[in-house]
Amino acid sequence: MSPKAGWALDEIAARIARDLEPGSCVNLGIGMPIRVGAHLDPAAGVILTSENGLIGIGPPPEPNRHDPDVIDAGKGPVTLLPGASVLDHADAFALIRGGRLDVGVLGAFQVSQRGDLASWRRPTEPLGSVGGAMDIAVGARKRYAVMMHCDKSGEPKIVQYCTYPLTAPRCVNRIYTDMAVIDVTEQGLVVREIHPGLSLADLRAVTGASLLPLAAN
Amino acid sequence: MAQTVGGGRNKLWSSARLAVADISDGAVVLVGGFGDVGVPFRLLDALAAHTARGLTVVSNNCGTGERGLAALFKAGLVSKACASFPSQSGNHHFKAAFDRGEVELELIPQGTLAERIRCAGAGLGGFYTRTGFGTELADGHQTREINGVRYILELPLRGDVALISADVADEAGNLRFRRSARNFNPVMAMAAGLTIVQVNRIIPVGALDPDDVHLPGVFVDRLVELTSP
Repeated sequence: MSPKAGWALDEIAARIARDLEPGSCVNLGIGMPIRVGAHLDPAAGVILTSENGLIGIGPPPEPNRHDPDVIDAGKGPVTLLPGASVLDHADAFALIRGGRLDVGVLGAFQVSQRGDLASWRRPTEPLGSVGGAMDIAVGARKRYAVMMHCDKSGEPKIVQYCTYPLTAPRCVNRIYTDMAVIDVTEQGLVVREIHPGLSLADLRAVTGASLLPLAAN
Repeated sequence: MAQTVGGGRNKLWSSARLAVADISDGAVVLVGGFGDVGVPFRLLDALAAHTARGLTVVSNNCGTGERGLAALFKAGLVSKACASFPSQSGNHHFKAAFDRGEVELELIPQGTLAERIRCAGAGLGGFYTRTGFGTELADGHQTREINGVRYILELPLRGDVALISADVADEAGNLRFRRSARNFNPVMAMAAGLTIVQVNRIIPVGALDPDDVHLPGVFVDRLVELTSP
């Protein structure tokens, strides 16, 4: 029986937003990660970038006021802050791979206990879409994966070994789900935070790999 | 008459239809754009009507709705697509052609796609990247360890033709792009044997300050203004 307690998508997004260092350069992937932008404190000065060359993305536009040439990776309308700039695609990925991107927040189908990420194709589907995920997974200085803790049929998405095709091996530093925040460490998966309605035993019951409690030090 | 760059060589074409008319069967066509932004819709629509067959299209996405790349897939003119994100919603014409087995797909990580094109435009023989290492997209690629980091070899991707969208051009073909409509357009314009540009507005030569040019006109062969038929 799977526990029902869990954070809403916007609560997960707000949790990730709190973990982004002031002034850091961040890429938000398509899907759940893009929600993080709406929860950033403007005073923190996090620099949001997009794989299609935008640096300095601001809040969503007001309805019917959007600029059709200003979109993010998810192809949705966004705004540019004062001080924003634009790169072409080759340079946008130079930024991603070249060490200037502090954090990449990536959606995920599965994450393994050693931090392998699978995010671009379900094994049952012949057609996958990788987009910029493979570049961000190897290029960002820190890689955060965000996903529901279980898939729609209740199967764990945190696993010993990914059964879905990999985006990159050993790349995820931290996993955010509706149930927990988990760090990928040399020692294994360490639970940093758990939904207040759940026990560690509840979490272990819906996780396909060993979980270590946060050391009490 | 005052001397100008290119000596007034005429790059202005009166219609998109004429500008794409000599694209031949089997051509490799680089198509600018990301989603629906910066896509040369007018040139693609003209190409769909022109019916060159067996095309290889290189584009981040595979078109949505009925226009642009979608019209090429709908008309059965494409035999291969090189893309990073073909499965976005609204791609029913690509999906149908893929499901029928008419279209081969080469799935390429987005940064690798951009860099392979840049590499072709820069006259280089390839590059090593960490992207894709240890995944099925690295199958068949050479690998190499450099300073303790493992890379895969990627080769340049050159087009016979590039179809480009820009905001402003001067009559010498110097281009400016707007916001995220820049995307793949400048790198693709540099990497093809023939570069055809649809542009919102053409202004006189000399009206763009040299420091404000995003892509020099030496990379541009043909200009079609959007007000043209």
